[in-house]
Amino acid sequence: MCLPLPNFQDVTVNFDFSDDQRRLQDEVRKMLAATSTSAEVRKVLAGRTAYSEPVWRKLIDMGAAAAAIPETYGGAGLGYLELCLVAEEAGRHLAAVPLSSSFYLAAEALLKGGSEAQKQRWLPRIASGELIATAALGAGETYLATPALRFDGSTLNGKAAAVPDGIAAGLAILSAGEDLVLVDLDSSGVDRRALASLDPTRPHAELNFRDTPAERLQGGRQGADIVARVLNGAAVLLAFEQVGGAARILDISRDYSLERKAFGRQIGSFQALKHKMADIYTRNELARVHAYYGAWALAADAPALPLAAAAARVAATTAFKHAAEEGIEIHGGIGFTWEMDCHLYLRRSRHLGQLIGSEHAWRDRLAHELIEEAA
Amino acid sequence: MDFKDSPEEAAYRAEVRAWLQANSQPRQRADQVFGEGLDDAAKLAAAKAWQARKAQAGYAAITWPKEMGGQGGTAMQEVIYKQEEAGYLVPRMIFENSLGQCLPTIATWALPELKARHLAKGLAGEEIWCQLFSEPAAGSDTGGIRTRADQQGDQWILNGQKVWTSGAHFCDYGILLARSDWDKPKQEGLTMFILDMKAPGVEIRPIHQMSGDAEFNEVFLNDVRIADTHRLGPACGGWKVMLSTLMHERLAVGGHLPTDLHKRLIDLARKCRWNGKPAIDDARVRERVADAFLLQHGVELIIARGLTALSKGKAPGPEMSITKLVAAKAMQDIASFALELAGPEGALSHESIGQDWHYMQRLWLGAPGARVAGGTDEIMKNVIAERVLGLPGEIRNDRKAPFREL
Repeated sequence: MCLPLPNFQDVTVNFDFSDDQRRLQDEVRKMLAATSTSAEVRKVLAGRTAYSEPVWRKLIDMGAAAAAIPETYGGAGLGYLELCLVAEEAGRHLAAVPLSSSFYLAAEALLKGGSEAQKQRWLPRIASGELIATAALGAGETYLATPALRFDGSTLNGKAAAVPDGIAAGLAILSAGEDLVLVDLDSSGVDRRALASLDPTRPHAELNFRDTPAERLQGGRQGADIVARVLNGAAVLLAFEQVGGAARILDISRDYSLERKAFGRQIGSFQALKHKMADIYTRNELARVHAYYGAWALAADAPALPLAAAAARVAATTAFKHAAEEGIEIHGGIGFTWEMDCHLYLRRSRHLGQLIGSEHAWRDRLAHELIEEAA
Repeated sequence: MDFKDSPEEAAYRAEVRAWLQANSQPRQRADQVFGEGLDDAAKLAAAKAWQARKAQAGYAAITWPKEMGGQGGTAMQEVIYKQEEAGYLVPRMIFENSLGQCLPTIATWALPELKARHLAKGLAGEEIWCQLFSEPAAGSDTGGIRTRADQQGDQWILNGQKVWTSGAHFCDYGILLARSDWDKPKQEGLTMFILDMKAPGVEIRPIHQMSGDAEFNEVFLNDVRIADTHRLGPACGGWKVMLSTLMHERLAVGGHLPTDLHKRLIDLARKCRWNGKPAIDDARVRERVADAFLLQHGVELIIARGLTALSKGKAPGPEMSITKLVAAKAMQDIASFALELAGPEGALSHESIGQDWHYMQRLWLGAPGARVAGGTDEIMKNVIAERVLGLPGEIRNDRKAPFREL
């Protein structure tokens, strides 16, 4: 029952990161292992701070967070492949920082849709970490049914219901009907209310605007097109965070199963748990290669990006949720305690899995791309 | 990260393409196979003729040294050749065991005169080889072999039964693992031999598979005599020889999905109607299309990573061990859902409902075999758990005891 080798049109033979990219990843990994410790993450969990300043400072100073921002705008000028590996490490170490808000979403919206003046004004401040930015680009799935923000060309009115890092941010890019709007959150008429999140290490806020000065993101493109492109990129970057988190909770669970004994044996020697961990590994590795494919499509700005991004999003979301849920199960009772870090991964998997729309919305997008392609 | 050959690889690919164009026929249809319309004997003769041409050009054993009939090439060149060959009407599953397992074992372990006698003929397809390890009581547990090999002077007398032997009915020789010492623990009492499939006492019976095909055989051995010169490796050293055989299979990573199942699913879903509307518009169907793509493209991408490692001269990573597990189960699930698209009519055979359904029905009937062949899902999960994740091996009571006491 041996079927032929895959039939790539032009064969993939360089489907991995370069040695230089891996070295950057190693540096980020070492730094985060030392700074983004459980104790540090728990400071944000407990609400003592909106994000981990030491971790944020290091990610900025290393040039890791701004890897994909061109040097002309104060970034490191590396690229998306590098940022993907930074994301993987951020996910692995549960970094409690506004990386996704500032860099995957807001900076990308500026890069893809901003005018030259807007880019020059805001990107260097984001890249240097002086300013935290965020974006709420709308989702097809909703419960609160908040009316759309109203933008009249110069002022903004209404409510943005759940803005990630909305308390820490100084700049927001928001969907207001057809428009994408840029708001300096230090302006008059901005009222912020902190919201409780299922993952308190990634806080949200409600933003209320009353005649707040705002400007249209000037890119000469339709807002919806910019939003789609930003979300595709974010889907890939978030997939790397998910892949990192899923790999880490598997490591933690595996190590625990080798330590813990029951019925006179290491619990990791029971086939029920061995097969459970083999299943987690299998899903994780499938998610990983879809994320890699997404990284390639993002970096190459390939026509396959919408498909690759959706595939990465669905595979990584399901893998991380599964790994986090089963990780607790492998631990048994101790895994259900506040003191163990297992629930931090479960909470993070929830946050990452819904930030830009659920896996269900993205699976439908993937199906759409596949059906179009087959037409 | 890019999707391109290196200059050396591109040059090799061009060379291979030119040779294939000059020596074979490209496939006209996706499901076209070698030797359509020929009877078994004519197909075998045509396959042998093809293999002889291929060996002449050095493509039969690309990675082998030149003095042994190879090209002295890299593993990546072998992969490139296979990728290019996939588009042509060439025989499949006839020489795989010869080239992938048996001849490398002969090259490593046989006496010099036997190498001289068999290697060139094997590469050229003049002789075809099969592998005789599995037995009724030795499937996942290969060490449980009960075929006896009793030494008598400079000969061995073999008695017992082998099973799941691919191609035994058209093979000339085989490599066979038998128990030569019943007092040693199970893996230590085994010896490997070269078996002449035409020798007196060898009886081959086809296995009628649940899919209706007969690709495999039972092979019965009744007082079959094998000269001691045809022993491979030391007496009672057969386990080590077997591991070396399976090592050669490492790159032949078994059981990939066809890469277009989601397209076939879409095609069928366009033709079926659910409650009066095209099934393809139904959210449940769309979900399955997406999931089908995620599995099969995921396997492709994992293999692409393995190829990347090969291309850089490194060993493929541990993630390669999930491909067969994922591919076989995905094949079953995708085919199963495809048949359900047609509701009650989907339970009719393609002979009744139509040719559109032939492919998925074959896949559905073949999938249970794919999940078992080359290691059951459960064995594969143990392999991942133990070799990749470093979890403890199974507790066993058969490692130290003499085999006859088990």
